[in-house]
Amino acid sequence: MIGRPGSAATTAAVAAAVVLALAAAPLVLAPYAVTVLTRILVFALLAMSLDLLVGITGLPSLGHGAYFGAGAYAAGWVTLHASPSGPVALLVALTAGGLVAAAAGCVAVRARGIFFLMLTLAIGEIVQQLAESWHEVTGGSNGLYGIPAARVGGAALVGDQAVHWWVLAVAATAAAGLWLLASSPFGHALRGIRDNEARMRALGYRVYGYKLAAFVVAGAVAGLAGGLLSAQQRLVTPAELGLGTSIPALLAVTIGGAGTLWGACVGAAVVVLVRDHLGASLGGHGSLLLGAVFVAVVYLLPGGAARALSMPRRRG
Amino acid sequence: MTDAGMTDAAMTEPGKGAALSCAGLSREFGAVRAVDGVDLTLPAGARHALIGPNGAGKSTIFRLLAGGLRPGAGRIWLDGADITRSSEARRARLGIGQTFQHSSLFLSMSAGDNIALAARRRLGRPWWPLPTSGRAERERADQLLAEVGLAGRAAAPVALLSHGERRQLELAVALASRPRVLLLDEPAAGLSPAESARLAALVGELPADVALLFVEHDLDLVFRLATRVTVMHLGRVLVSGTPAEVRGSAEVQAAYLGTGAREDLFTGRAT
Amino acid sequence: MPAWLDTHLVSVLNGLAIGFLLFILAVGLSLVFGMMDVLNLAHGVLFLTGGYMAWAIAGEHPSWLGFAGALAAAAVVGSLAGVGLSLATERLARRSHLDQALLTLGLALIAADALSVMFGDDVHAVGPPPGLDGSVSILGSAYPVYRLAIIAVGAALAAAVHRIVERTALGALVRATVADRQMVSAVGIDDRRVRVAVFGIGSLLAAVAGALGAPIYGVRPGLDATVLVLALVVVVIGGLGSVRGALVGALVIGQIETLGRSLLSDLASFVLFGALALVLVVRPHGLFGDPSGTRS
Repeated sequence: MIGRPGSAATTAAVAAAVVLALAAAPLVLAPYAVTVLTRILVFALLAMSLDLLVGITGLPSLGHGAYFGAGAYAAGWVTLHASPSGPVALLVALTAGGLVAAAAGCVAVRARGIFFLMLTLAIGEIVQQLAESWHEVTGGSNGLYGIPAARVGGAALVGDQAVHWWVLAVAATAAAGLWLLASSPFGHALRGIRDNEARMRALGYRVYGYKLAAFVVAGAVAGLAGGLLSAQQRLVTPAELGLGTSIPALLAVTIGGAGTLWGACVGAAVVVLVRDHLGASLGGHGSLLLGAVFVAVVYLLPGGAARALSMPRRRG
Repeated sequence: MTDAGMTDAAMTEPGKGAALSCAGLSREFGAVRAVDGVDLTLPAGARHALIGPNGAGKSTIFRLLAGGLRPGAGRIWLDGADITRSSEARRARLGIGQTFQHSSLFLSMSAGDNIALAARRRLGRPWWPLPTSGRAERERADQLLAEVGLAGRAAAPVALLSHGERRQLELAVALASRPRVLLLDEPAAGLSPAESARLAALVGELPADVALLFVEHDLDLVFRLATRVTVMHLGRVLVSGTPAEVRGSAEVQAAYLGTGAREDLFTGRAT
Repeated sequence: MPAWLDTHLVSVLNGLAIGFLLFILAVGLSLVFGMMDVLNLAHGVLFLTGGYMAWAIAGEHPSWLGFAGALAAAAVVGSLAGVGLSLATERLARRSHLDQALLTLGLALIAADALSVMFGDDVHAVGPPPGLDGSVSILGSAYPVYRLAIIAVGAALAAAVHRIVERTALGALVRATVADRQMVSAVGIDDRRVRVAVFGIGSLLAAVAGALGAPIYGVRPGLDATVLVLALVVVVIGGLGSVRGALVGALVIGQIETLGRSLLSDLASFVLFGALALVLVVRPHGLFGDPSGTRS
């Protein structure tokens, strides 16, 4: 954890190889497959941001969709009404996710364990309700539609290839940022808080501040992922904000082995494929399948989910 | 012992210039007075032991001094500054270090990383969001591990350490930030005689200016290490003095050995 | 009579009806968590199941027999589901509480999908039983009798639950377990039977609340998530394991949801969040929660 150069170089090499493979994908795969892959990338970024919160800091959040959705709406709104620039929309998305997370985090982070889970769930749902009723800005239950293609460097992002490369570039950069953060002293402190919050206090750390910072960063990156969703789908609905996003995200983190960031990516791929593809081919029961996977993962990963999501156990 | 009628405002720091001191410290849990009007003075370089039967209030006093618990009454000073209202984290930053009765470590990390986390508060910027070389923390960790008898074990996962090794690591973690005051809660709990001996040697080698307050049930260790001993009973200080004075004290003998009248034990009045 | 009271009396009464309904729903959730540290995320789905029972058995124009049958069916299904949940989570009792919560979440997803398979995705309405389906004139406004009935039933149930918890041996057991579970099991009370009983009764109440609430809420997919959130907010505000807290919390949330929405429409969600935040800032364990409890 503290500066082991060997393993960092290996990780970087593997990551670079993966990114190259993903970049080459549109040249090899059919358009529909490329779209799915792009969607997996967006979801993987969301899952990684949640992993920072859940796996690394030990704060189990069931309302992360709220910040994802905030970013998606912000990016969509900006592209529709203000500027077609892709980077600007993403910057706004990042900020929106971070701001909403800051507001929610001030309250939520005071709680721990299951209480925190309940709070984030409630907050997430309330934010979703807000999006559904605030017609003037969010378009109500119809959402924001007809979002024009984002423009990057003068060209409009039309076609799944261009979109895919834009999403890949941004997601890979953000993922690298998360990885650097997780390997830093700050990340080390977050892990300390996850393992033993009381001891961190006894060592002089301002635990509330660290937790809030982690919450805001996780929310900002989730918002960024939402901005990418908006750029890809060119449609944002209230469904992106609620449990329909928060639950699969948590599942992705749980399956993948929380705390490893890359595990969240793997989990994300599994969830998207199971819910959207396996589920579709089985008559549209994606959420039943997802629920079954959830139950199986919880039963069959003894200590896995617990250790991964690191909630304090009762003694005895 | 303070006069029960003294108000907080009238309390002055009992030992001027002490590293850590408290006056009139009290704490209730419902109807139980766990700590009742305790005064303590810990000068720099103190080797002060706190002993007493279970339920005497020793752990509660530790928690009050370290900041994990708020006192019902009384004041606490660190180097002359009133820290009664300061949080536990703030007190740690001001120089109070503590170990816990049940080893309180970071189980997912290695021994070295445990110490690094503690050392970084002093050596680096613990909030820094980019990876660093961590060399300073690594060196400090190696140094401390050698001091506590875990030389070369920096990469060992804590989860795989034995109980005795964890107690040693616990001490190393507490020492990492160079505290001025060290509170050790039953440091020898569960240690074998050999391990206790090593602990005693270690405590003997602590920097001379560190003020040490420790709770222990192992009376051999207490009388070997301590230059002052305070005996607690039912939340109050029974006797405080040098080891010889305490050993020879009639009240202590009465409380521990029951030679006094039975009702005196329960009211806590000295015989 | 002030004019605003006229206009808003309807909302206030609605708030009471919703509030009591929420109480019946949330008290089970609160006790299960207070006693066993298990957050039952399937609680919303139990409510929805009760609603679907009402629709399937009572339908849009039920007879008294139909309505009573629906309530009975809801009670039976609810308690069976509760027992099932209790057994399912018991296997994970040694692991973290998050695992148990996640398990209930997975089961909730499966159940919600199953309900959608069985009953379709449409929104359905359920009528009140005959005699309670009219309206009554209150201060010049017509007010549905059924909602008044709900207020009455809810208040009676609240009084009954309060009596049981405060005055009976079972209630003493519940209160003791909430306060210090390890002590209770050390004294030799059979943990497992208590667990199954509390889960069963809590789930029964949730399903019955769903059936009772069907004439007000209707039944539709997604309702489970909505009421789960409301129940959670009630429990967080009221404090875990506290019946009184659940009642106060439920009545407060009931008013915010109705009076709040009629006064502020879209901003009512802000008020909900604001109330949640305010309570937690002032009393982090809820209004009647126990701050010295052994849970974090």
